[in-house]
Amino acid sequence: MRTFRPTRTVALLGAAALLTLAACGDDDEPTVAPPEGGASSTTLPQFAAGTTMARIQAAGRMTIGVKFDLPGFGLKNPTTNQVEGFDVEIGKLMAAAIFGGTAQEAAGKVAFTEAISANREPFLENGQVDLVISTYTINDTRKQRVGFAGPYFLAQQDIMVKASDTSIAGVADLNGKNVCTVRGSTSEKNVRAQAPQANVTLFDLYSQCAEALGDGRVDAVSTDNTILAGLVQARSVQGGDPFKLVEAPFSQEPYGIGLAKGDDAFRSFLNDRLEAIFASGEWAAAFEATLGQLGLRTPQPPTVDRYSDAPAPATTTTAATATSVP
Amino acid sequence: MRTTVALTVLSFAAALVVGTAVAACRVSPVPPLRWAGALWVELVRNTPLSVLLLLFFFGFTKLGVVYPAFTSAVIVLSAYTSAFIAETVRAGINAVAGGQAEAARALGLTFGQSLATVVLPQALRTVVAPLGGLFIALIKNSSLASLLSVVDLAGVADRLNTATARPIPVFLGAAAAYLLLTIPSGVAIAFVERRVAIKR
Repeated sequence: MRTFRPTRTVALLGAAALLTLAACGDDDEPTVAPPEGGASSTTLPQFAAGTTMARIQAAGRMTIGVKFDLPGFGLKNPTTNQVEGFDVEIGKLMAAAIFGGTAQEAAGKVAFTEAISANREPFLENGQVDLVISTYTINDTRKQRVGFAGPYFLAQQDIMVKASDTSIAGVADLNGKNVCTVRGSTSEKNVRAQAPQANVTLFDLYSQCAEALGDGRVDAVSTDNTILAGLVQARSVQGGDPFKLVEAPFSQEPYGIGLAKGDDAFRSFLNDRLEAIFASGEWAAAFEATLGQLGLRTPQPPTVDRYSDAPAPATTTTAATATSVP
Repeated sequence: MRTTVALTVLSFAAALVVGTAVAACRVSPVPPLRWAGALWVELVRNTPLSVLLLLFFFGFTKLGVVYPAFTSAVIVLSAYTSAFIAETVRAGINAVAGGQAEAARALGLTFGQSLATVVLPQALRTVVAPLGGLFIALIKNSSLASLLSVVDLAGVADRLNTATARPIPVFLGAAAAYLLLTIPSGVAIAFVERRVAIKR
């Protein structure tokens, strides 16, 4: 899938095309220098050779891991077979900065693959995806394995219950209750930390948690309010006992764009791009077109956190433990 | 680990009963019973275990069949394993010399009596080794119960990995814990096999 010959780029490169074709024969890596200014398309951004941006641009294809089951963020539309949502729009906006043109033009060059919560670090470590944009909370444990650009959004962890339930008004009420969340998520850690007596049920998908709540197997589902808002909405469409949000947030979740650890040039490029779309209003437009449709009001954009990554010795230890990088 | 052992032992016990009953159906002189037995074996054996687990847990719930996760896992694991046990036991029954059943019938025993007192005791002894193999497979299959949020050995490993982000030691440890269960099981099976072997 990712070895497609970059036909369009080749065409743009003009005379360099012959060299490119020759080089493509046995080696996937872009041994060709980045396109020279004048001859190529005016919209094609320029990148220094050897950067991830140049590699993706030369390949003509970018792979982004998103959720496929989360209304508002990443939901695969069964009729069109397209993934839709805020994370998807952010992905297209990032891609547009690499391939040039508008987000919709760049969308054709983006392959969206499903990244469930527990798979996100392995996907990035193994290079199966270029980016993960999937309601991915930035935290220090994860920073040991992957890099984060952003945050591009701040969510708050909340609780979803059946609309008829009045016994749960806050996180403390979860003690002694069956609470569902997703394996490998920050929501799981937060529930365990703040309601130690809660009986935590773990599934792979938030949609399964919603089903378990509808079936009466669990008393509550806890994760970010934006995700829950989507599930409440989906439930009202599907029918059955309606759900509601308790609206007692108990932690703040900064969502970041996950990328390979140590790729600081790429991270800084993504952060620049995020600040640009915050300022231009494209971020707010993406929000209104997706999460806004679930009844959420458009918030202020967050502030990008350009943290300095752990120094080399720490990196070596984690890399040795993960052994994912050859 | 205790959950894994409980899942395995309960499921295997149930599967042994159901599997033997299905095998009896498949060799019975009553055609509808034979068809029902064959249908069960072919349906259950040819469907992935993970699909059966999710179907039972999420799907059947919509039809009003609501069991807790652990019970659901035991039911599905028993059903799944019973299909394999049925085929193994049937092979054992076929291995019993035809003269045995004929002699039993000549003594006036009914089909049920001859099966229960003459054929099955010999059949089960012949298939101890393959049944043991199914037991070990079940220990490992039980790890899929974590799909239904059952916190078995695999589920604990999952949680530890979430908490520590150290997949290599965590999952190597889980693999070692499974070996602690499977290898002694193998030794025990070999011992039982030697004890009950029939000299032919």
